[in-house]
Amino acid sequence: MKFGVVVFPGSNCDQDCFQVIDKVIKQPVEYIWHKNIKLDSFDCLVLPGGFSYGDYLRTGAIARFSPIMSAVIDFADRGGLVIGICNGFQILLEAGLLPGAMLRNKNLHFICKYVELKVENTDTPFTARYKKGQIVRIPIAHNEGNYFIDEAGLKELKKNNQIIFRYHKENPNGALDDIAGIVNKKGNVLGMMPHPERSSEMELGSTDGRLVFESIVDRLKK
Amino acid sequence: MIKPEIYQALGLKDEEYQRIEQILGREPTHTELAMFSVEWSEHCGYPSSKKYLKLFPQKGKYETLVGEDSGGIIVDDLAIVFKMESHNHPSQVEPKQGAATGVGGIIRDIFTAGARPIASLDSLRFGPLTEPYNRYLLSGVVDGIAFYGNCLGVPTVGGEIYFEEAYSGNCLVNAMSIGICKKAELARAKAVGVGNSIMYVGSSTGRDGIGGCSVLASAEFCEGEEKRPTVQIGDPFTEKCLIEATLEALATGHILGIKDMGAAGLTCSTSEMAAAGGVGMEVDISLVPRREEGMEPWEVMMSESQERMLACIKAGHEEEINNIFEKWDLHGVVIGKVTDTGIVRISDKGKVVAEIPAQSLTEPVILDLPFERPEYLDEINRLDLSKIPQPQDYNEVLLKLLASPNIASKARVYEQYDHMVQTNTCVLPGSDAAVLRIKGKKWAIAAVTDCNGRYCFLDPNLGARIAVAEAARNLVCSGADPAAVTDCLNFGNPNKPDRYYYFKNCVEGIIESCRFFGTAVVSGNVSFYNENPKGAIYPTPTIGMIGILSDLSHRTTQYFKNEGDAILLLGETKEELGGSEYLKVIHGQVKGLPPSLILGTEKRLHDLLLTAIRSGIINSAHDCSEGGLAVALAESCISEKPLGAEISDLSLNLRPDILLFAESQSRIVVSVPPGQVIKIEEMAQKDKVPCRVIGKVGGGRFKILKLIDLSLDKMIQSFKGALG
Repeated sequence: MKFGVVVFPGSNCDQDCFQVIDKVIKQPVEYIWHKNIKLDSFDCLVLPGGFSYGDYLRTGAIARFSPIMSAVIDFADRGGLVIGICNGFQILLEAGLLPGAMLRNKNLHFICKYVELKVENTDTPFTARYKKGQIVRIPIAHNEGNYFIDEAGLKELKKNNQIIFRYHKENPNGALDDIAGIVNKKGNVLGMMPHPERSSEMELGSTDGRLVFESIVDRLKK
Repeated sequence: MIKPEIYQALGLKDEEYQRIEQILGREPTHTELAMFSVEWSEHCGYPSSKKYLKLFPQKGKYETLVGEDSGGIIVDDLAIVFKMESHNHPSQVEPKQGAATGVGGIIRDIFTAGARPIASLDSLRFGPLTEPYNRYLLSGVVDGIAFYGNCLGVPTVGGEIYFEEAYSGNCLVNAMSIGICKKAELARAKAVGVGNSIMYVGSSTGRDGIGGCSVLASAEFCEGEEKRPTVQIGDPFTEKCLIEATLEALATGHILGIKDMGAAGLTCSTSEMAAAGGVGMEVDISLVPRREEGMEPWEVMMSESQERMLACIKAGHEEEINNIFEKWDLHGVVIGKVTDTGIVRISDKGKVVAEIPAQSLTEPVILDLPFERPEYLDEINRLDLSKIPQPQDYNEVLLKLLASPNIASKARVYEQYDHMVQTNTCVLPGSDAAVLRIKGKKWAIAAVTDCNGRYCFLDPNLGARIAVAEAARNLVCSGADPAAVTDCLNFGNPNKPDRYYYFKNCVEGIIESCRFFGTAVVSGNVSFYNENPKGAIYPTPTIGMIGILSDLSHRTTQYFKNEGDAILLLGETKEELGGSEYLKVIHGQVKGLPPSLILGTEKRLHDLLLTAIRSGIINSAHDCSEGGLAVALAESCISEKPLGAEISDLSLNLRPDILLFAESQSRIVVSVPPGQVIKIEEMAQKDKVPCRVIGKVGGGRFKILKLIDLSLDKMIQSFKGALG
């Protein structure tokens, strides 16, 4: 089993994800520079948060053209597990691996704080360790987390149980239907705005995010 | 013949010009004149302040390192490098870019020392929010800090914001950054070894920010002047790449010295690196990557384009280093080499445009400026308490104080900063100090900034001593041992003796406090000319302080934790209202003397609390500062899970408003489990620290004697709604 953390110029949560996989859940992990296109040796790819290409033009819009992205698409098509966190989620949207788009937060400000999430679907490789309906505390930190999709798309997401996390009680950014995280139809690509890697160690105030990584390990061990 | 108008326009005085002619033995070229003007400016050369800065203690209870551009302390095998710097005038002119490039500049000073930046703090001062321009400044500055810091992935974990009339027309933006690296991997800002290469790395050079430091930072604002072209534009994405590339390149061991091109760009980096290494340098600026056509040599030398650095590379390894910068899509171009002449020789396509002894550039005339105590202080320092009417409704007074922007919750601001990235922030913003873990270590770092400018205005020496004491107290409340200091000294025009009086006395106050606490001053920055047409700002010597927690598990927050815990006041409330937030907000007066401070008393309090925290009996600790005891208690109630408090015993023979709102120093509110009261009382008695059980946590409301009885919701509304 091997995790790969993709590093785009401007990624800034790559080391945080690496730390959790390496030191907390203690699994093999390597950084993958965005110009690398050989992904055969990996079982799960993490597209970390941050500001790939400075968020210039539009968040995620430049990173999707990085050489690695066509390899990531092939990897996902072959059924490999891909998780995009925050900017990683935005890149997955831009690359078309997940449906919908991100708008700016409704208050037009960057927001960094703990939020409560409701786990809506535990029948995925990323959430099997949670209980359905469980309320968890995981921080957000973004400028563009206001998820949007057209009516037909939303219907589709609901029909296929693709909505994985919803903001609970307070919707911080205006996301449609309180959506905080979704999977693709096949269920092997997850995008989420909250940062599970920031809530995987008790020293930081919450371990609720660790279950995402542990769920992945469970699946890969099967 | 150089006309006086030319050198005067560059900010040089007649006597400085004469000295330049003496050094060179001839008339300077335009490029040389420009180089002297920036190097000898207040921003780079500190001519007006050097005399006093030399007196700061550079040694303390922790092993210190004082480098060329930053300083720090050594804790086991790690160096903690930190520094604070001002970007006041640029922010007043263009708040977003001014603040953004302030953050970018200070962070470059950290990673050019070889340290990975792990946190930033920002100490901000504005005029009252009732004026629209001040609201524009606040939102622009916060936006700029967020824009730059968030993108870099360096968490902004703390700081402070104050609002006073004195800062209208001249806001203060002081940015502090902290980095860590292995002690053995520290980099120096020196050029060494004749024949080694001088490499330009980072972004390209344009006309932005030309003369920024000599023009903007070294003169007062006059009404109606257009200064926008002298503000630099920040590119945080390039800086993020520059951090990664620089740290990667330093790890090769082939970079012998490296320096940020911040203020005064190439001029500063070439001459200071040569002077620090005791060598000369030959540079061909036609090789400098440009982003604009037709730049004159002096423009290239003066440009303050951001995200650039100068490095000294071991000969033969240029390509290896260049490859690393190219990987990150950055320039890495050899533009010159180290010589043994002691002279910085700048040529442009073979034509020499400047030839200056490096040492002379870094040795401005050190001025001995006159100072005089302002006469108005006699009147302002007089405060007759009998003329201050006592309020009828203390509930209302407390709510007003909680809603005063100086006291109110700053969550609306710090939630715009990514304060968690790098996953080290173990105490989030909002408490007395931020606490950062060091991965792989048991110990941790706490950091804080502090300065009450109003106190410094009323009594600069006492105000500065308090700034240091309070910073230390905040660290102690979070469980840390105060370790070392960086400072950012913001004052008015040093050529006015009353302003210089404030500078001199504040510096002496800092020295006294720092010597007492054993906290060395390892780095810092001076910003003069902070004036507007109405006068000078409050003297504001911002203190940035680092503390060390011997064990991360000692981290303590200000928030009450459990119903039923006993609340104790450590320290003593005195009959003091001078300079208080209460006196200003409720009575509209800025008068009297700041609260008294006895350093020995303060130190005993620190020792007691640290011992108690380490023995595991303290559930919360919060320092009493602006707004006094009542505000400190209220703030301890307002956490993510708010808890009430009932204060039943203050039994002091003082006026109720003094009891509640005096800002007497050396006081800390703590809560402990009921069973531990005896233990802390014994410890306090032994350490000779006044200690009294004043009430208990819980009850769902906030009550103090028969004076205050408020619902938590109402307090939270006032506290959290004010900066909305």
